[in-house]
Amino acid sequence: MISLISFLILGGTFFTVVAAVGVVRLPDVYSRLHAASKSSTLGVMMMMLGTFFYFWYMDNLIDAKLFLAILFIFVTAPVAAHVVSRSAFHSDVEPYRLTILNELKRDESGIEEVEYTAPSYQALKKSNDE
Amino acid sequence: MNAQSVLDVVLIFSILVLSFAMLGMMYRIVVGPTLHDRVLSLDALGVLLMGFIALISMMIHSQYLTVVILLIGILAFIATIGFAKYLEKGLVIENDRDSDD
Repeated sequence: MISLISFLILGGTFFTVVAAVGVVRLPDVYSRLHAASKSSTLGVMMMMLGTFFYFWYMDNLIDAKLFLAILFIFVTAPVAAHVVSRSAFHSDVEPYRLTILNELKRDESGIEEVEYTAPSYQALKKSNDE
Repeated sequence: MNAQSVLDVVLIFSILVLSFAMLGMMYRIVVGPTLHDRVLSLDALGVLLMGFIALISMMIHSQYLTVVILLIGILAFIATIGFAKYLEKGLVIENDRDSDD
């Protein structure tokens, strides 16, 4: 049981560190949001499960509040990430300069062919034409 | 080396590593190029703080701190929604929901 608790705590720590590395290293808001919302949610859910098993094993206590916390974070983290990314898009935060396709911008502006200037997109188009 | 001391070592190691993860979030809050970066890392910092308090409740062996986890989760979520709506529209509670601006 102790090994299960230790595994859950260490796994949760690993995933939260992955989230922090993603938030520090990734280039723009949208990709940082991708790192911060998914990975840290999984890590903290593992930690809550470890805490639940800890109190079950040590005090013989079933703490339902921890399951409520797991459910709450499972529901609210995607909602918060979606609202922040929507707000960033409508505030005209530019994506990373190597982004090759911005579908929402294309659909909302109504322009059929948007001129993409990113070098990676030019290379892709060239290889598709050939 | 009994089981309790193994768990203590794991807990102290996890708290130290999690502190460095929170320091990374603080770096993005201070440096972040746009306000949205700051909002998202504030949200992630709240999520990490929930895990941090779970670890501390195991370390001091107190079950009462689990209420604090729920409270911090709710506050961080509402703060993120409020900040995001304010940055998008300039107001948080809209009375006229049909207007586009």
